[in-house]
Amino acid sequence: MTAPDRPVPHPSPLTQPFWAACRDGRLLVQRCDKCGTHVFTPQEFCRECHADALTWVESAGAGHVVTFTVVWRPQTPAFGVPYVVAVVRLDEGYEMVTNIVGSSPDAVTIGAAVRVRFTPVTDAITLPCFELVA
Amino acid sequence: MRRREVVVVGAHNTPQARVLEGQTSDSVTLAAITGALDDAGLTTADVDGLTVLPGLQYRGGADAFGYALGIPWFWTGAQVPGPAAVVEAAAAIEAGACETVVLAGGQAGVYTDRAAVAPWARPAHEFIECWGLMTPAEWAMAAQQYLHRFSVPREKIAHVAAVIRNNGSRNPEAVYFGRGPYTAEDVLASRMIADPYHLLDCATTSEGGSALVLTTAERAADLDARPVRVLGGAWDSWGPTYTHPPTYDRVAMWGRKAGDAAFAQAGISRDDVDVFEFYDNFSWEIVRYFEALRYCDVGEGADLVAGDAIEATGRYPIVTDGGTMSHSHTGESQRLQRVVQAVRQLRGESAANQVAGAEIALVAVIGEVLLLGT
Ligand SMILES: [Zn+2]
Repeated sequence: MTAPDRPVPHPSPLTQPFWAACRDGRLLVQRCDKCGTHVFTPQEFCRECHADALTWVESAGAGHVVTFTVVWRPQTPAFGVPYVVAVVRLDEGYEMVTNIVGSSPDAVTIGAAVRVRFTPVTDAITLPCFELVA
Repeated sequence: MRRREVVVVGAHNTPQARVLEGQTSDSVTLAAITGALDDAGLTTADVDGLTVLPGLQYRGGADAFGYALGIPWFWTGAQVPGPAAVVEAAAAIEAGACETVVLAGGQAGVYTDRAAVAPWARPAHEFIECWGLMTPAEWAMAAQQYLHRFSVPREKIAHVAAVIRNNGSRNPEAVYFGRGPYTAEDVLASRMIADPYHLLDCATTSEGGSALVLTTAERAADLDARPVRVLGGAWDSWGPTYTHPPTYDRVAMWGRKAGDAAFAQAGISRDDVDVFEFYDNFSWEIVRYFEALRYCDVGEGADLVAGDAIEATGRYPIVTDGGTMSHSHTGESQRLQRVVQAVRQLRGESAANQVAGAEIALVAVIGEVLLLGT
């Protein structure tokens, strides 16, 4: 039996700009036209002020690890273990779930500085993983 | 309108096992309902309300079962059967929407691909699934942050898992009866699942069903079953599950608002509780409940659970049937098991680890809180 494919996102009209930009190596986030809050995951309106005018802007892709876990029992065999699932807080003030790649899991710590590292998984989908900043 | 007092008059777990050969989610759910009604001394002819979750059929389970059981007209609850569903059903009975409600759940034959984690542990959200997140990893991240922030050594949460598993080891109805005893060191020596959770910090998986029967105190007076009173309860939410980053700051106080409401309704204090039937999906969750429910300050829960405090003979007896770690974890009906076990403790009928003279039980399942009393 071959390992199943890694599950990939199925973009909706709301999230399609995010995934399209990832494929081009750019990390987008919605920014509220009214109050300036960065909103993620993609939403129809701002969580802070409820304005419905959100504009896609480019994130610098830099942040730090809020928390993480090193996974040894994979979600499915599509994921090779160990792998690191983390919550990263971007410098713009929003948080994402992601994978920390490119280093030993032992090197990942809470508070560590990270930057985005785009990882293509299919022709259509590139995942915004993160890596430790040396 | 005079509000009616609501009591639990039936509580039943079917046999639980890793695999129940030949059973289906519907057949174990039916067995649970029959068992709970027998316990109450009632029949389906007495039932006019249902909250039912067969397998993972989250919508329409009550409608399907009510029809299949031949009940002509019935109230239906929307909550997943568990503490919140008890609160919801009690409110419906109090309001006169119905008289006697059965809450039931059960699962068999759902988890078959053992190479993957259980289907109920694999969230499909677009910004979650692609990272290989599953339930243990989701809950591990908040625990990891807690241990880091409050400089708590892992042994202190492993101790919780050892106590729960040892409760189950003594319970002849537990799937893992006789397995143990365990120490915190044993928990830490088991293989890693999702840091900081080792295998023995996590829920097991099994099959089985559970059910409760609620009715009015007035109706219960005609029955032989010893009624257990619903004293108060509520539930709270921080947002959609498995969608947003599960940080400590988001999840830590899950259940506090509900707990405050439950104690206010019951008119009792935290000190009045004799037994704590908390949902033990992961070891650190027990610490979190004690903090969220105001039994200690934030960051002090690991000290509260130390030593013998959470043993059946201690001040804060927890998860006295062995919970999801040893008794049974079926995907959803383990939520009802917490209430079933609280009822059995208050009746003095626990299969093991009976807390002497237990009069008030606190049930908590994530953000759902329920207080029951004799
Ligand atoms: Zn705004």
